[in-house]
Amino acid sequence: MRAIGIILAGGKRSTLGVLTKQRNLAAMPIGGSYRAIDFALSNLSNSGIKKVAVISQYSARSLADHIGSSKWWDFGRKKTGLFLFTPHMINQDGFGFRGTADSIFQNIEFLKKSNEPYVVITSGEQIFRLDYEKVIKYHEQKNADITIVCKDLRTFEVEDYGVIGLDDDNKMTDFEEKPLNPQYTTVSLGMYVISRELLIKLLEELEQDGRYSIVNDIIIRYRKKLKIYGYLFDDYWKRIRDINEFYKINMDFLTPEVRNLFFNTYPSISTKAKDEPPAKFNVQAKVVNSIISGGDIINGNIENSVLFRKVFVGEGTVVRDSIIMEGATIGKGCVIENAILDKQVFVSDGQKVIGTKDKIILLEKRNIV
Amino acid sequence: MNKKEMIAMLLAGGQGSRLGILTKQIAKPAVMFGGKYRIIDFPLSNCINSGIDTVGVLTQYEPLLLTKHIGIGIPWDLDRRTGGVTVLPPFVKGNEGSWYSGTANAIYHNIRYIDEYNPKYILVLSGDHVYKMDYSAMLEEHKKNNSDATIAVIEVPLDIANQFGIMNTNEEGRIVEFEEKPEHPKSNLASMGIYIFTWDVLKEALIKDNKIHEQSDFGKHIIPDMIESQKNVFAYRFNDYWRDIGTIDAYWKANMELTHTVPVFNLYDEFWKIYTNIEHQLPQYVGEKAVLQQSLVSEGCEIYGQVYNSVLGPKVIVEEGAVISNSIIMSETIVRRGAHLETCIVSEKCDIGENTQIGIGENVPHINKPHIYSTGITTIGDNTIIPGDVKIGKNCEIGGHTLKEHYVNGNLESGQSLVM
Repeated sequence: MRAIGIILAGGKRSTLGVLTKQRNLAAMPIGGSYRAIDFALSNLSNSGIKKVAVISQYSARSLADHIGSSKWWDFGRKKTGLFLFTPHMINQDGFGFRGTADSIFQNIEFLKKSNEPYVVITSGEQIFRLDYEKVIKYHEQKNADITIVCKDLRTFEVEDYGVIGLDDDNKMTDFEEKPLNPQYTTVSLGMYVISRELLIKLLEELEQDGRYSIVNDIIIRYRKKLKIYGYLFDDYWKRIRDINEFYKINMDFLTPEVRNLFFNTYPSISTKAKDEPPAKFNVQAKVVNSIISGGDIINGNIENSVLFRKVFVGEGTVVRDSIIMEGATIGKGCVIENAILDKQVFVSDGQKVIGTKDKIILLEKRNIV
Repeated sequence: MNKKEMIAMLLAGGQGSRLGILTKQIAKPAVMFGGKYRIIDFPLSNCINSGIDTVGVLTQYEPLLLTKHIGIGIPWDLDRRTGGVTVLPPFVKGNEGSWYSGTANAIYHNIRYIDEYNPKYILVLSGDHVYKMDYSAMLEEHKKNNSDATIAVIEVPLDIANQFGIMNTNEEGRIVEFEEKPEHPKSNLASMGIYIFTWDVLKEALIKDNKIHEQSDFGKHIIPDMIESQKNVFAYRFNDYWRDIGTIDAYWKANMELTHTVPVFNLYDEFWKIYTNIEHQLPQYVGEKAVLQQSLVSEGCEIYGQVYNSVLGPKVIVEEGAVISNSIIMSETIVRRGAHLETCIVSEKCDIGENTQIGIGENVPHINKPHIYSTGITTIGDNTIIPGDVKIGKNCEIGGHTLKEHYVNGNLESGQSLVM
């Protein structure tokens, strides 16, 4: 095998409010049946990268539960595996990771014990499909030290990204993290290919200098010393940035393009098996342009919505432009509009939960209305 | 040495010929049921839910799909270091091989497999029935009665009791007489084809009976002989949902029952889940003009047309303008634009052409096989292609790659077969 994978699942964003109160970003529910990290895990597995470390800082419980058995992504083999590393498990003194590079440095044994020539570093909160084998080939072809997967967003509104300048050969000439006045439209997607030995060397150097960040202390600091190349990715790519983006990503699954990309293209995106029965549509059910999942029982009207597993919708209820997560129960005669209902929310008969396109209403996990 | 208290032997080699074209290329236990499941999922899930982690599956007829479905048992948590699931096909011994010639004969050929686990008890199951049952409760009864054999029984209406193996019991539940499909049944306790035996007793009986009967069978030989020779044979009464889905009509009805608002059979039980091997757990998409009522729809379906009172397996595509009523559509079938399907069973990976109508006209029983097709249900075998703009009647049987010219004036009258 040519590479090992590292998924940085550290993130927690205040912009996602109560959704990430008890949940790692990488465990955010996507498209009816998936968690965000399924995309990173499946991309790695489908690219032949079968030894993967998931490094997580916060709220690892939901993540640990999801990836507890590695078999769903075909990792649980004799020479492969899926490992979850959290600060708590490895630090005696109990401090967390001080940055992205530090989080890998603290698990440097994982790198040292491997013998694959390359490391693919990615993150757990991005929704896309990519064959890393192509990126590794490109990396070899360019004889690069580091290859950054990047995307031309074709807009200068990229203040929230690491903005990258590339020459004609796609060699990186400039990199600015969250620039105030962006000069380029191409952004780093935070995915890297690097040789394992170089990564170990860089991490050890960084640690000695008390530096902890991949972006600031490797990419920016070494931009002139190392041959860093950009691999331009130009397909569907979304990152869970905030509630609106999370809502939009889920709604994207109502478009045929996104469904075909993730559902009907080989190899598929895998997720943990849940063994729910088929969805049931009763006599009064009326469902239009929606994603429905296993174990759902529908008695009401569903329009332009994404329902995760085991959702119950009572008679006479209207669910419109909403995201309903696993195990939510919505009683009779309710109206749910422009809302996100987290897992196991209970809406009693006749209640109304109505948001607007600009202000999506969010109901916390196990909330009772 | 291994020591398992009880292991299960699942008889999955039968053809199920009364399911007609549905079992032409698929063993009955591998036939899909309830949308995403296959019949064998029910006994396999019952095993693991009852704490039985060693299951031998005896295959013979068309085992390809069945073997692939079972794999190493991952979906049922039957991938174990010791035990787990083992597929046991017939094999060659010395210079000659032999098929499994009867239910008991099949177990007889696998005595070595069973002895490997050194079990005290053995559970014999068939892959033909749909039910949820706790075999550990049955084992408790078996131990309590100090039985040599315990047979699960269910009450059936007396007027159809002549289709079953009927157990006549005394007041303590001991079976005093066993009658296979009796003309004048004395009781309505039907055997469910679920047996627990004390292994050393059964082993002896198997060895003995296989010297006498070439087609050694539990119902015909082993059980009657045990009763006759005064062994402790007890009935274990079961009074929950249990369906023998051995005929087209029973199979169709049992599926239809699941679409009721409150179905008699609960698949939503968190603590007795039915597991199945499904490649990907995709969500399903319901389109802008879709109508879906009183139906079960499985993973990865895309519905753009109208579906009423029907059961759809995984990855079925129903195009815009297609109408499906009172039908069972199995996995990866596509029903194209404008097709109308009424009261039919469409097996896996079929392609139903545009504007084709199925299940119309008079209810005439099948000309050659009225014992299989007589209740108005048209049945389409797996991997069948039906062209567009044809009209197909009731009680028809269709299989293979059919072309427009195979249909006389674009028609297939009720009760006809078209199998390529």
